[in-house]
This record gives sequence, C-alpha cells and structure tokens, in this order.
Amino acid sequence: MSAIYILIGCSIPIAFGFLVVFLFAARKGQFDDDYTPSLRMLMEDDVTGKDETV
Amino acid sequence: MSTNIERFDYDNRIVKQFAIATALWGAVGMLAGLIVALQLVYPVFNFNLPYTTFGRLRPLHTNAVIFAFVGNGIFMGVYYSLQRLLKARMWSDKLSAIHFWGWQLIIVAAALTLVFGFTTGKEYAELEWPIDILITLVWVVFGVNMFMTIIRRRERHLYVAIWFYIATWVTVAMLHIVNSIELPVSFLKSYSWYAGVQDALVQWWYGHNAVAFFLTTPYLGMMYYFIPKAANRPVYSYRLSIIHFWALIFIYIWAGPHHLLYSALPDWAQSLGTVFSVMLIAPSWGGMINGLLTLRGAWDRVREDVVLKFMVVAVTAYGMATFEGPMLSLKNVNAISHFTDWTIAHVHVGALGWNGFLTFGVLYWLIPRMWRTPIYSRRAANLHFWIGTLGILLYAIPMYWAGWMQSSMWKQFTPEGQLQYQFIETVNAMLPFYAIRAVGGLLFLAGALIMIWNLMKTAAAGNFLANEPAEAPALARNVQMEGKEHWHRVIERRPVQMLILSLVLVGIGGLIEMIPTFMVKTNIPTIEAVKPYTALELQGRDIYIREGCYTCHSQMIRPFRSETERYGEYSKAGEFVYDHPFQWGSKRTGPDLAREGTDKLRRMDSWHYNHMADPTSMSPGSIMPAYPWLFSNKIDVESTIPKLEAMVTLGVPYTADYVTNGEAELKKQARTIYETLKVDESKLLTGDEGLREDHEIIALIAYLQRLGRDITQTETASTQTP
Repeated sequence: MSAIYILIGCSIPIAFGFLVVFLFAARKGQFDDDYTPSLRMLMEDDVTGKDETV
Repeated sequence: MSTNIERFDYDNRIVKQFAIATALWGAVGMLAGLIVALQLVYPVFNFNLPYTTFGRLRPLHTNAVIFAFVGNGIFMGVYYSLQRLLKARMWSDKLSAIHFWGWQLIIVAAALTLVFGFTTGKEYAELEWPIDILITLVWVVFGVNMFMTIIRRRERHLYVAIWFYIATWVTVAMLHIVNSIELPVSFLKSYSWYAGVQDALVQWWYGHNAVAFFLTTPYLGMMYYFIPKAANRPVYSYRLSIIHFWALIFIYIWAGPHHLLYSALPDWAQSLGTVFSVMLIAPSWGGMINGLLTLRGAWDRVREDVVLKFMVVAVTAYGMATFEGPMLSLKNVNAISHFTDWTIAHVHVGALGWNGFLTFGVLYWLIPRMWRTPIYSRRAANLHFWIGTLGILLYAIPMYWAGWMQSSMWKQFTPEGQLQYQFIETVNAMLPFYAIRAVGGLLFLAGALIMIWNLMKTAAAGNFLANEPAEAPALARNVQMEGKEHWHRVIERRPVQMLILSLVLVGIGGLIEMIPTFMVKTNIPTIEAVKPYTALELQGRDIYIREGCYTCHSQMIRPFRSETERYGEYSKAGEFVYDHPFQWGSKRTGPDLAREGTDKLRRMDSWHYNHMADPTSMSPGSIMPAYPWLFSNKIDVESTIPKLEAMVTLGVPYTADYVTNGEAELKKQARTIYETLKVDESKLLTGDEGLREDHEIIALIAYLQRLGRDITQTETASTQTP
C-alpha cells in the first residue's frame, strides 16, 4: 500500500498548486464579474462575413 | 490604457488537421470496437491470427477511441476555442505542427505495437515505454504552446473553458508520468515499477482520472464554448461554472479506488474512493445543468438544429453517466456490477453519448464554419443523429440486461446449497445480448461514416479559410512582444506567488526523490508462503500479458460465498507482491483464474495444452479464441536472465544463483512439463511441429498451474522455490 505515498504525495502538491492558482486568480479579479463573460464570448466580430449556421 | 488595435489571424489549419484526424480515427476505433463485439458472438472473427485476437484488438479499440478519436477531438476543440477566447493566435505554428504530427505518430506506433503484442498489460496504459516517452514530449509541446498563448493573450479574463483546459493539461501530465513508471527490459518490453496492490491502486488512480481529465474536463471546456456558440445563448450560470469547476477537479482525483471495491485493496482506501465518488455527483451535475439550461428559451431551435440535438443528447448522457458512476461506486451496488457487462454499459453511455455525440456536434458546427458553406446535407446529419441515438440504446440496454443476468447467475445457489450455474452456462446466456450490442455498435459506426461523407461533401463545396482575420486591442502589458522578458515581468511582480510556486515544484521533486526510499519497506502484510515466480512461470506470465488474457479473465476473488464456492479462497493482498504488473482484470467474460493452479480447480497439463490449441475441445460452447502460434513459437530463452535481473531491481528476492542459472532452471521445469505431457501425447492437439519442450505453450502452462497455489498448499510442492 505504500504506493499511496506517491499518489498522495503527487495529488496534494498538485491540489495545493490549484489552490494557489485559484487564490492568485481571485486576487487578480478573474472571478469578480461572474456574468458578462458568458455574453462576451458570444460577441466575436467576424471580420470577413456573417456567421454560418447549419 | 492602450487603444492600439492589433490585427492578427486565427490558425484554422491546425483545427482542420485535428478535425480530419478526429473523424478518421473515430471510424477506425469504432470499427475495432465492432470487430471485438462480433468476436464475442462469433469467435471466427479472431481469424486464427495472433494480431487479431480479442486480447490484442480490445486494447487497440480502447486506445483508438480514447487517444485517437477523443484525443484529436480535444485538440480540435481546444485549438479552435482557445485562440478565440484569448483573442490570440496560437503562440507557435511550429509547435502546433509538431503536436499534430507527433500525436498521429503516437497513434500509429500504438496500432502497430499493440497488434504485435507489445503491451504493458495495464488498461489504457498499454503502450510500452518508448511510446510513453514520446507521449510525454508531445504533451509538453502542447503545454508550452497553450500556456504561451495564454500568456500572450489579448483578453485578460480567462473564460471558464480555459480553466478546464489548464486543469486537463496539468493533471494528465502527472497521471501519465506516475502510472508509466516502468523498468525497461528490452526495446519494447518493460515491467511496472509497482507491484500487486500498489500497481492496482496507481493504475486505477490513473485510469479513473483518465476518465476525469481526458474524457471529461476538456470536453466540459468544449461544452462551455460550443454550446453557447451553437445556440447563440450565454451559459446559464457563469458563477455555477466556476464553482463546479473547482469542486470537480478537487474531488475527482480521489475516486479511483471505486474500481477496486471488494478486492484486496485495503478497506479504508476503498471507502475513500466510494465517499469521493458519491460527492462527485454535485459538481458533475453542475456541468450538466449548466449545459442544458443554457438552452432555456431556445428549445425550439434544438428541434431544427442538428448540432444542438447532438449536444443536448451529449450533455444528457453526461448527466446519466455521472449519476450512474457514483451509484456503481457504492459497495453494495458494486458487488453486483463488478466484472459484469454493466460496467461496459456504463462506459459506453459516457463514451458514445457524451464524448461521441459532443464530438459529432462540434464537427458539424466547425466544418461548415471553417469552409464558409452550409452543411452539405441536413437530412444526412439528422439521419446520423437518429441512427447514432438508436445505436446507443441498442448498445446500452442489452448490456444492462446482460450484466444483471450474469451477476445473478454467478451468485445463484440451488436449494441444496450448490452453485446453480457452470461458468460456461453464463457465457451462453450472454450471447443474444452481445449480438444486439454489436448491432448497436454497427449503427453508431454507420452514423459516423455518414457524417464523414457529409463533411467531405461540405468541404468540397466550400472555401477553406486557413487564417481567419481578427482584431483586438492589445493588453496594456502585452505591448512588448519579447516573450522571455514578458514572462519574467509577470512573475517578478508577484514574489510571493513565485515563492509558493517554486516551493510546490521543489516539493514535488523532493517527494519523488524521497518516496522510493520509503517504499523499500512495504506495509502490505507479507505472506511467508508466497514466493516469486520461477523463470519459466515468468516467461509464461509475459505470454499471458502479451495475449491480453486479462481482458477476459480476472484474477481477483472477492469475499463473497458465491465466489469462494466457485473459485476457492478469496484473494489476499500479500499474494500479489511480486506481480509486476498486477493482472487482476476488470471483466469476467471468462472465469476468474486467481486459483487456477490450486488442488480445488487444478486440471491436467494436457487439459491446458488442448484448451489453448482449441478452447471448444475442452469447453464446448466457449467463445475463447484459439492460440495455435503458441505451439510453434519458441520460448524466448535469452530474455530470461535480463527479465530476472529486472525483477531483482524491482525488489523481487531471486537469489544471485537462481538468476545466473535462470536459463537452466527454465529448461529443467519445461522438461518436467514435457515429460508429463508426453504420457498423454496421443490425446494432445499438437501443432505441425508436434510436442516440443521449447514451445511457448509450455511456459504458459507453467504459469497457469502456479496461480493461487502458494497460500493454499501446505507444501509448495512441485514448483521450484527460487
């Protein structure tokens, strides 16, 4: 069962890394606006022409 | 604030390349799936060739659909959406090309090595060590390209899909590296560094997280881009997407042990897996809810638009699979489902419904867009949708039925307290369901082929836009285009973050160095009577792995009365300490073999000889393929000492004398088996070369006759103890 040392040993630093990234991103304001990103991604100006629909 | 509008192009060529690869490998992988499905009903489809047995084609199917079909699908979706969400072209066209061609090279290498029997014997990680290295290199190339594009972005805010792509990249890198730690013996042969229970745990930590971070997170990222785009509606709740993303990636890692319930894995680890698997319903359904409710107010468009139809079924299938999965992780449910076709049904609801249909939806949306022309035939696309949906139903429903029936039959006792059914009777009961499932798979494949035709016609009628013009203001920080300086500036302003990140990285490195020293003393309880395999048995085990026997036969007896009655003493952790890799298996298409060599179940050497030559000769009604090449191939005697030495490196206690005399020991045991067989020579189904002691079948017999003996014998009688 000592393989658990490797698994936890890898998972915890990675999870901790994710936590650090989360805090970093939150402090930089990534999650301040939790509404307009959903609209913004729809409005990509298509420089060459109209969107094609199926 | 800069008002400098920059003009640039999105790279559509790389998306086109990945899209074509996705569609073509999808057809190949599904065809492989159809063949293996047919092989279970009509064993003639094994074609009596080593390259095409179920044991070798099943890994070809799984690798093709996961890494070639879904893999290329991921890259297609990521390369398209990443550029547009970040308002930046991929950082390096060269790296994009290396990634694409590198990945296809991996697939071709996989296809060739798997049919030739070069396999590690670990599910979804079968590829041998040179290909593992190649995968790592290509994955790094992908990561560098992706992260540099993120750094050079013109849209500061990272849309939720990007988070999913980042988590995918990081976690897949970790999973692949950790599970692929293996000691090479020769150019295309290696042994897992882990053994037995350890190997099982690492394997399914990897295996379940392959589902999580290869089949789920990148596709959720794609869902968050392509559904809003296709429906022209914003994501239902962006806030929910943030919450469920973080919850998902934290919880998923711990779910792996649910593949090992009631096995020899320690109980506390099993319970951990169960608890986290059940918790996983919440973040998974967060994704499903978000995907489906995005279509609020647009359901009338789903009726008209085949792209949305595919995507709705995909998300629904995702919801079904992520409810079923946690249910299957409950020990009482798992006691019924494990080793049965219920697991197969569950896999394919997710694979065909979620991964398959979302891929199709994205292809139908992307191809017309990139070729600036409507889809060639909406009717054919709709036909694909209905055929595919019917295919999923005809796949899953028979498999549910078969799984329940199989499990019930295995567990059934007569009123007198005997097992009601012989194993072969349960196999026969499955055949009608296997047949219907093959029809389901055929329909799914047919739909995919219709799609390929339709998309080819669409592309032919259109005008491919290789570089799509775009414009966006530069980010204030992005004015200098010096890559290195920019990266440093970002980090330099945040010394605290830099410190923490450095510590994390160093910590990982330190752990990797320190842990092996801890691992020297294992805390799996050692069983005195358990000894390493003999040289001949080791060769036989490698043949067992090569032929993929574990794809149909398990080696893990669970502590249920129905199993101990049928197979003998349930499997203990300490029995597997020398198994590099473990071979517990995931499925019982054939009976469990963990105690095949014990007095309770043991058969004569001649039975095994004839059974491998023609299974139906010893087991009428068997669907197992024949293995005639074992009766002409010679045992690779020269590899014996290198293999023993590798095992010693991995901690198996062969004495130095035994290793030096490895070849002699092998030949001595082979002769003993040969002498036993010679007595019954007239009854043997020998090949063209007749009975010989240097044929591979002798080694395989030695291995099979050793299985499970050590703890059930009072003396370890006929086997040599090294």
